[in-house]
Amino acid sequence: MTVSDIFETMDYGPAPESAAEALGWIVDQGSRFGHFINGEMTPPGEVFESRNPANGEILAHITQGTQADVDAAVRAARSAQPKWEAAGGHARAKVLYALARLLQKHSRLFAVLETLDNGKPIREARDIDIPLAQRHFYYHAGMAQLMESELPDAAALGVCGQVIPWNFPLLMLAWKVAPALAMGNTVVLKPAEYTSLTALLFADICGQAGVPKGVVNIVTGNGAVGEMIVSAEVDKVAFTGSTAVGRRIREATAGSGKALSLELGGKSPYIVFDDADLDSAVEGLVDAIWFNQGQVCCAGSRLLVHEPVADLFYAKLRARMDKLRIGSPLDKSIDVGAIVDPKQLASITTLVAANTAGTTHVAPCDLPVEGSFYPPTLITGLHPADTLMQEEIFGPVLVSTTFRTPEEAVSIANNTRYGLAASVWSENVNLALDIAPKLAAGIVWINGTNMMDAAAGFGGIRESGFGREGGWEGLAAYTKSKAKPKALRTIQPMTGSGGPADGIDRTAKLYIGGKQARPDSGYSTEIWAKNGALLGHAPNASRKDIRNAVEAAQAAKGWARTTGHLRAQILYFIAENLAIRADEFALRLDAMQGGKSGAKEVEAAVQSLFTYAAWADKYDGKIHGVPIRGVALAMKEPVGVIAALCPATAPLLGMVAVMAPAIAMGNRIVLSASQPFPLAATDFAQILETSDVPAGVVNILTGPHADVADTMARHMDIDALWSFSDPSLDTVVEHGSASNLKRTWVQNGHAVDWMKPDARSFLPQSTEVKNIWVPYGE
Amino acid sequence: MPVDTMTNTALAQLPQVTEPRNAGMPLDLNWVLSAQANTSAIERRAASLPARRSVKKAHQAAWLLKAVTCIDLTTLSGDDTARRVGRLCAKARQPVAASVLNALGMPPITTGAVCVYHEMIAPAVDALRGSGIPVAAVSTGFPAGLSPLPLRIAEIEQSVAAGAAEIDIVISRRHVLEGNWQALYDEMRAFRAACGDAHVKAILATGELGSLRNVARASLVCMMAGADFIKTSTGKEAVNATLPVTLVMIRAIRDYYDRTGYRVGYKPAGGISKAKDAITYLALIKEELGDRWLQPDLFRFGASSLLNDIERQLEHHVTGNYSASYRHPTS
Repeated sequence: MTVSDIFETMDYGPAPESAAEALGWIVDQGSRFGHFINGEMTPPGEVFESRNPANGEILAHITQGTQADVDAAVRAARSAQPKWEAAGGHARAKVLYALARLLQKHSRLFAVLETLDNGKPIREARDIDIPLAQRHFYYHAGMAQLMESELPDAAALGVCGQVIPWNFPLLMLAWKVAPALAMGNTVVLKPAEYTSLTALLFADICGQAGVPKGVVNIVTGNGAVGEMIVSAEVDKVAFTGSTAVGRRIREATAGSGKALSLELGGKSPYIVFDDADLDSAVEGLVDAIWFNQGQVCCAGSRLLVHEPVADLFYAKLRARMDKLRIGSPLDKSIDVGAIVDPKQLASITTLVAANTAGTTHVAPCDLPVEGSFYPPTLITGLHPADTLMQEEIFGPVLVSTTFRTPEEAVSIANNTRYGLAASVWSENVNLALDIAPKLAAGIVWINGTNMMDAAAGFGGIRESGFGREGGWEGLAAYTKSKAKPKALRTIQPMTGSGGPADGIDRTAKLYIGGKQARPDSGYSTEIWAKNGALLGHAPNASRKDIRNAVEAAQAAKGWARTTGHLRAQILYFIAENLAIRADEFALRLDAMQGGKSGAKEVEAAVQSLFTYAAWADKYDGKIHGVPIRGVALAMKEPVGVIAALCPATAPLLGMVAVMAPAIAMGNRIVLSASQPFPLAATDFAQILETSDVPAGVVNILTGPHADVADTMARHMDIDALWSFSDPSLDTVVEHGSASNLKRTWVQNGHAVDWMKPDARSFLPQSTEVKNIWVPYGE
Repeated sequence: MPVDTMTNTALAQLPQVTEPRNAGMPLDLNWVLSAQANTSAIERRAASLPARRSVKKAHQAAWLLKAVTCIDLTTLSGDDTARRVGRLCAKARQPVAASVLNALGMPPITTGAVCVYHEMIAPAVDALRGSGIPVAAVSTGFPAGLSPLPLRIAEIEQSVAAGAAEIDIVISRRHVLEGNWQALYDEMRAFRAACGDAHVKAILATGELGSLRNVARASLVCMMAGADFIKTSTGKEAVNATLPVTLVMIRAIRDYYDRTGYRVGYKPAGGISKAKDAITYLALIKEELGDRWLQPDLFRFGASSLLNDIERQLEHHVTGNYSASYRHPTS
């Protein structure tokens, strides 16, 4: 085309970024890569091809890891870890700072290599992925520097096995490696099979940054290598990827004592109210679902539009789609690049082809003849019952329905197994700030989308996984308490024979939904005193009692919306009523357990109630310093319905100290009382009944924990399960939790010192951090 | 104007040649008040656009030439004289050196218009005679717009009588700041009527309107009252044309077209001095309004120093060497 032709057509023309330097780097490395273990690249082993999805060309050959490779990497990480941790925060900060600087110095090389390997537009790699990766290393250099002063009780976990996805290869590496290293851990990381190259380039700069040998190890290969890392001798597993694989990892690590964080899939709602800036909301969708070809776990993939503006909004959206440019990812004027692999393209194609509902609009763009490309697609007129409204497509496909009221918007938005992110578009600050806390999501963007920063935690609830990456809240995933744990003692119930210890037979019952209830099973267990007298019978709760208790807890949703001030008053009132009957409880505790520690335990229980009454209105959120004009509000929200297997020891205190933080933070709880000494719990139900605790907020079951642990673990409407019971149940608890990926908290055979309130452990377990991004400006 | 002497490019400059002129419509306050503009989101779009669209090599040259044809070459100084305006008009006739145009294989081009104060209309019309280049006059008590309304209307009439084909009026910012949309509508209607066949550009002085939402609403009201163009600034406000303001105004133009079928033109003015900025503006117009708006009858730059930077870039394209200002004839 001549200049005068273009003068008439005003076309963009090609604007290619050169791939020469990146391809040159690959050639310099021999085009065949081994692993990065103990500071050295290993010779290539059995290799597989790494292709450019935009044209199918082979970029390099990557080594398929073996068990021996994983073992060597874990050994290297293990042996490097103590010295790395002992080097201190400042020494680690210097290394992380150097990594950040090197990522900046080689930023274009990383960006081009990422685009070649992954197919994402060069603009995104250059302006989003690589700068955010740098930012994570900068931010966590600071965290390393501050660790000793600001986290004096925190120690490194040890060796972290990290498995990352192909959608943001270097960025996900940064999210995993930076906090782990900052806190004194060493890592064995596996990049995704499709996209190993920037991880290998990162390995290349580790030496220049002064990363000691063995601190960072990178083993390449497919999912089988990921499984090897998960089952290796690591202290922690961190995974980002699909919910299906996350679930398998949860099952595989059950009972292993390994810490686990999972960042999984999503079907995030994108809610547009009638008072929104509609043009900006349309543009937001470009950044939500057409960013990275829609291969984004937090993509706003489910569009919910307010009925008054639905037709207008869809018209504007279709017009915007028609302007999207799809093509060579190395072209600087491209909006949508290549799908990462033909297999992924086939998966998107199959899912969309199977849909017959609604109206489909496909952006009328010319697809390149070769390579894996999928056109931007909008499907309107769907309903929550349609498959595509529920299933994650992980491609540039937006599905949509409408709503009538804010309440209905929330209800449709939360009608999902996932809970990663959400966007709310409204110019009404009252509406936006009312909706944000009601959405089941770890991240909410008001009048924006896909905003991410190292200073704000990223992560979800429900089947989107658990744990946060970024922010102060993200450090919990890479630290443990410095305290040396004591082993848990096994407690056997007392035995005896004969009649009741006091005159009239007393019938202990379950406490469900504010009422005393007989067990569904119709079985009870004798509870004998230390002296062998019959103290009474504890009902054996079973499957249906759990069902009833969870239903009662779910029905008490209003508790989550009460104020901390109100919950504090109720906790103080429980303490007051317990104190009135302190002598009776002390006698009961002494009779069950023997000894004379009952009075002390009751006093500690009263103190525990006071402690969490105090915290109820003081466990404040944060405002993160994210680099926008606006705020990211890190709000602490209740987890939901928590079930807990109470400790055998301290039958009153051990239950109260579990219950109090949970309800102080607005959770409802189902407690399975001390198995050998349950009668303090059944007595305690009377205290609850007289203390203005709403029905269903606290539910108390008794009976063998082994009978209920599995049902609780697999119950889909329980959001978290804590076990302070027999360590043999840890596996059951963690394995079953894979059903809905509920949070679990087991003690791995360690004893809890119940006489010391441990708010630092219990309050984070009782809350989820939701980051609400509120950009502002007039 | 002697049509037979016009070039094709010049033909496209006057809206009446190719487009039905915006007839306006009754003031629709429901529509005006429902207009929203989220500043942060608009700024994000404006910030990401230059990185989303890159125009290189021959395409860049062609786009820069297009930008030249969209320039309202402007002088609005208290010390303007007839001869100084004559020099400006000479530049408007041949904004890019013939050698550069030849090297690019382009026929002669001109700027979109020459923009002056009332007193300079006559010398400008004289100097441009036969070129097809229209003379635009700023009017209505430019830049503050606070002289008596009858005088402002009379000023338009005199400027039209003096030969101005385009009148750039300034709105009363107070009507926007006071939320008096009816007054703004009535004023614009009166200005439009006074213009007769001359085309009217409504200068919103966006830097003085307080918020992007007000910019959106004022844009709609002026179009409803019959503006042929909406224009950002006088060039005299502290903040003149910006990409966020542009986004708001051209989205209003798009909405107005979608509802009425009338294409209203857009003119950013003030603060655009780099060739790269011109490309960004054109890309934004292309993305948000479409190719039809990339012609001088619907898009103008109000700029004085932009042309020189474009000339340097064009010479660089032709020779491969970075250019110098003094190599290009001054205006």
